Amino acid sequence: MSSEIAFPSPQHRRHGSSAGQPLTRRDGVLKVTGRATYAADNHPEGMLYAVTAVSSIARGRVTALDVEAAKAHPGVVEVLTPANRPPLSHDPDDKIPPFGFRVEVLQDDTVRYVNQPIALVIAETLEAATEGAALLNPQYEVESARTGLENGERFDTPAVGVGAPSRTAYGDIDAGLAAAVRVTEADYVTPPQYHNAMEPHAVVAQWDGDRVTLDMPNQALALSCAAYAAYFGIPAGNVLIRSPFLGGGFGSKAILNGPQILAILAARMLDRPVKLALTRAQMYGPVGHRGQTWQKLRLGTDGEGRLTALHHHVLAATSSFDEFMEPAANASLPLYASPAILAEHDGLRLDTGTPGPMRAPGEASGSAVLEVAMDEAAIACGMDPLEFRLANYAETEPGTGKPFSSKSLRECYAEGAKRFGWSGRPLEPRRMRDENGFLVGWGMGTAVFHCPHFPAEARATLRADGTALVETAGADMGQGAWTALAQIAAEALGLDPDQVELHSGISSLPDGGIAGGSGHTASAGLALHNAGVDAIARLAELATADPASPLFGAGNIGVEARSGRLHRRDDEGRSESYSEILARAGQAEVVGTAKAARDPAVAEAHALFSHGAVFAEVKVDPDLGQVRVTRLVGAFAAGRIINPRLVRSQYFGGMIWGISFALQEEAVTDRRTGRIMNADLAEYHVPVNADVPSLDAILIPEDDPYVNPLGVKGVGEIGITGTVGAIANAVWHATGVRVRHFPIRLEDLLVNQRDVTSAFGN
Amino acid sequence: MKHSVVSLTINGAERQMLVAPGSTLIDVLRESQGLTGTRRGCEQGACGTCTVLVDGKTAMSCMLPVETIEGAHVETIEGLTPPQGLHPIQEAFLQGFATQCGFCTSGMIMVAAALLAKNPNPSREDVVRAISGNICRCTGYEAIIDAILDAAVRIRSAAHAEAA
Amino acid sequence: MNRFDYIRPVSVPEAIAAAAVPGSAYLAAGTNLLDLMKVGASRPERVINITRLPGLDRIEWLPDGGVRVGTLVRNSDLAYDERFAKTFPVVAEALLSGASAQLRNAATVGGNLMQRTRCAYFHDLAGACNRREPGSGCDALGGENRLQAVLGWSEHCIATHPSDFCVPLAALDAIVEVEGPHGGREIALDTLHRLPGATPEQETALLPGELIVALRLPAEASSFSRNARYIKLRERTSYAFAVVSAAAALEVEGGTIRKARIALGGVAAKPWRAREAEALLEGKQATAQAFAEAAELALAEARPSGDNAFKIELAHRIVTRALSLALEGTPQAMPALPASPFPALSGANHVI
Repeated sequence: MSSEIAFPSPQHRRHGSSAGQPLTRRDGVLKVTGRATYAADNHPEGMLYAVTAVSSIARGRVTALDVEAAKAHPGVVEVLTPANRPPLSHDPDDKIPPFGFRVEVLQDDTVRYVNQPIALVIAETLEAATEGAALLNPQYEVESARTGLENGERFDTPAVGVGAPSRTAYGDIDAGLAAAVRVTEADYVTPPQYHNAMEPHAVVAQWDGDRVTLDMPNQALALSCAAYAAYFGIPAGNVLIRSPFLGGGFGSKAILNGPQILAILAARMLDRPVKLALTRAQMYGPVGHRGQTWQKLRLGTDGEGRLTALHHHVLAATSSFDEFMEPAANASLPLYASPAILAEHDGLRLDTGTPGPMRAPGEASGSAVLEVAMDEAAIACGMDPLEFRLANYAETEPGTGKPFSSKSLRECYAEGAKRFGWSGRPLEPRRMRDENGFLVGWGMGTAVFHCPHFPAEARATLRADGTALVETAGADMGQGAWTALAQIAAEALGLDPDQVELHSGISSLPDGGIAGGSGHTASAGLALHNAGVDAIARLAELATADPASPLFGAGNIGVEARSGRLHRRDDEGRSESYSEILARAGQAEVVGTAKAARDPAVAEAHALFSHGAVFAEVKVDPDLGQVRVTRLVGAFAAGRIINPRLVRSQYFGGMIWGISFALQEEAVTDRRTGRIMNADLAEYHVPVNADVPSLDAILIPEDDPYVNPLGVKGVGEIGITGTVGAIANAVWHATGVRVRHFPIRLEDLLVNQRDVTSAFGN
Repeated sequence: MKHSVVSLTINGAERQMLVAPGSTLIDVLRESQGLTGTRRGCEQGACGTCTVLVDGKTAMSCMLPVETIEGAHVETIEGLTPPQGLHPIQEAFLQGFATQCGFCTSGMIMVAAALLAKNPNPSREDVVRAISGNICRCTGYEAIIDAILDAAVRIRSAAHAEAA
Repeated sequence: MNRFDYIRPVSVPEAIAAAAVPGSAYLAAGTNLLDLMKVGASRPERVINITRLPGLDRIEWLPDGGVRVGTLVRNSDLAYDERFAKTFPVVAEALLSGASAQLRNAATVGGNLMQRTRCAYFHDLAGACNRREPGSGCDALGGENRLQAVLGWSEHCIATHPSDFCVPLAALDAIVEVEGPHGGREIALDTLHRLPGATPEQETALLPGELIVALRLPAEASSFSRNARYIKLRERTSYAFAVVSAAAALEVEGGTIRKARIALGGVAAKPWRAREAEALLEGKQATAQAFAEAAELALAEARPSGDNAFKIELAHRIVTRALSLALEGTPQAMPALPASPFPALSGANHVI
């Protein structure tokens, strides 16, 4: 049995430096005992429950709501509709930069998508609020829904994703295509997908005068405080967001949404705490999704299998009233050497909720298609898919010619291929069977993800007992930020991680930036590192200025922080513990602070990316088309690794999302009405453990002196890139059937003749 | 519409409660008993997040009308946790990095508890089958399976030590 | 969820009397009814909890070798009953291929038989559904219908029955014992579920107030125990409803088929027994050719109800496969993935 529960200091065995060691997760004890409090677990005195009523039409107007019936239901306290919704201080149709979205908060009776909030019912019990919402019996004036290519409105867009250019051209694409010996050209479709974090979006809002406390899962605390402050007309400092635990986010908890704003508004209006938790079905609309794309790839190749042109065109769906579009074509910019690259996007307006960033936005859907197209081009050239990629290896960033800050993709290819056993793979499809007669196929894909860096701040306090408190308002949505960030801080402070207490997940702490874009460890980590360095510098000032200290006068020579002591750099024997220094100085603590951001010169001079290679084996029933992924090997190079266990979990998670993208996930929309026909977890399939094969993630060592002073790149999203294409390519290799849409379904693989005389026909 | 009085033994303590028709076990656990370690994931029996033990067997608490289990013994993650320290399954999850966002964790651990009570020496396939009704969107399945196998070893060796 | 009265009878006659009032619904584990009530697809005014009725939770072996299973026996208890699984392995395999362990622990035999369609339009209150609201129309026709019926559908309804359990039951001539206001009667499982015709709202042969009290499998059904399989195709490896499925059971003597049983799941509003295909096989040599002919016959009447022509081809192939695997023999132990065409969890070996 275990010893006492200690929190947040974890128990662990440590060898050498703290960074790079697989320490136990700091949030582990609270999570395994069920004591971790997610937003909906809060229950302040006098709390009311709010439930949104949502539209069942995709486009039109609400003409009637039976507010009387809802209000007459026992326990119902108030019904918010456009008729009585209190005003907001910021126009919800006007977006708040940098990540602002237009939000649906009952500003009028217009319906723009299915599951849009059309009223909010507040009651003494959840049951009463739910039944009250059901009694509203909305009447609509329905307009025809725009749901696809046939009826969506195409438009030119200057930007995709969050401010990324919609068109980037390097070289002359027409000349490149004209110069090609062969051109591989194909069209592909990726479906709408929904984040479906296990924890539904929730908020518990409590007002005290013009101050508000929000218990909510949140990936971007400081930005959210500023945005809520704008909507409610109060200073940002009056908004306190507590987000100690997130039951998954994947991008959907980084953006403000209408239902949560309405619940906060209701709490102010009624002067009582209000809790709102979305149902699973209500998550299919107002909280973002990965938008559908239609993509066209044209790859020109010369006689040696080298690209002469890479043209990636994406038509990306968005809502009728906002602009987020999957920046999918941009996945083709940083990866393969080609004298001409054109990445361009058009928009398609549909009557859906606005898409948003979902784990590897743009890269996931763009890479999925690019890697399939690369496979098709390799086959056209009669080359092994890996050999083809190596022939087009980019030594510098294509187009810009910038050097990569580091790039170990060659090692990823080599190690991954070796572990997988890639060599000897037949070029032709349908050449491999297993002992039971199932078709076996091998495919691969390249993984790539950029390295954003968000400005962040932190504070590090060295305490008289020799321990430290480090603080930053970061978010741990499962990736293990609490653990990795504490490791980084401990290293800067010259302490054991179990001597370092980390406070995070609450907006009153120094701004920890955004937990997104795979940039949190680097961003918040650098701030913590710098705060730690600052604290040590202040401590060193005390010591070196104190004649009683063995470090007196070492100011110019410098000191090093190690194992809770400062050591004179030129004389190991002269050292003093932090406690001794503070005690003699008569100080209870010394506080270091820091702000950290990317040095713009670094980004100007270098291309900053994580890389990887994914190899997949699938088995396919030759007759029935049922596919199983049986092996996945990923090799990834992402700079310095802080905690290999956490990182491996992130890679595995991304790779399994890749399985999901390739074979399972799709929101099915009724083309006539725009209603999502599988808005749940029963029919919207995500992998269960039986779908998950033997996984292997190889951590390729990589030293990056430029990307940031920590040398840390991102790991949270790269796993999904490369994997989707690898699986689709393996399916082709097993069956000879090239499927150009996702997910790949049973019926796509039934095109072969019945195989009744095979091993299956006895 | 009448409320009815239902008796349940929850984590060893007998409880009587007045429940509205159609109230599910998760409503009672979370809203009236304050046992929030059981999480709401989908409310339709499609994710396993709300799994608890009812008379020793796993059940989705979101799909169980309380009236239909009158007199049952219910165990939640709070009941599984010993007063001091951790249950061996919890210890194995902790040491094995088998939590990520943690939202599915309670359900996974309760499924593991039921499995190991019935089958102290499960094969990997037994574990895979046992948790096939529990979705983890962080997709930490490998670590979870390893942790449950590790928990089995921990429980067996603890029992062995006790016997010796 | 709508408001309703909750009734807890303590005897079968009391339950039946209570159910005589219109707007009543029986509730056992609630795994299906509660789901429907939550979305509002079912709004009973009176819910009659039958979980306390005495004597309905037993598995009784009959003197002739048949079995009688009480309506409240839990799916998992039945599937893991050693004698039952040995005698009717195809039924156990079907049970274990459905839903998840938690749901199988709760779900009852009677509840499984009475489960409603998974058709999204049946669950979507904003759309038209003749099954939910007679005369309103069928939005599945012309809608998202790739998973809908290919056999026995009508222009009034193209929904399928989702049960795995019922498929081998139909194949094995199971009998349902019913008690009702006018006494007891027996219904062949094959006729329990009705095809939609012009009245899709009449989903079963049960009359108002009738309650399933037991399920019987005849002794003859045990003669297939050595050669019987249930095979199911789904869109994820477990915890998913069938796209199509098939139960096949053979009695083989020296390579000659003496008796054959075939039923399909996921293709119609009822588990689909393929009697003509069975007849074709009887007396024939067990060959791939014969199986393919049987499959052809089983699907002879099939036609797509939308974007689902592939289901006909898939059903053809799965019948052939189920027959082949049945001929190979019932596995000694329950497969790791019950009803999967894959032999084991191939690739589940752990590597880090």
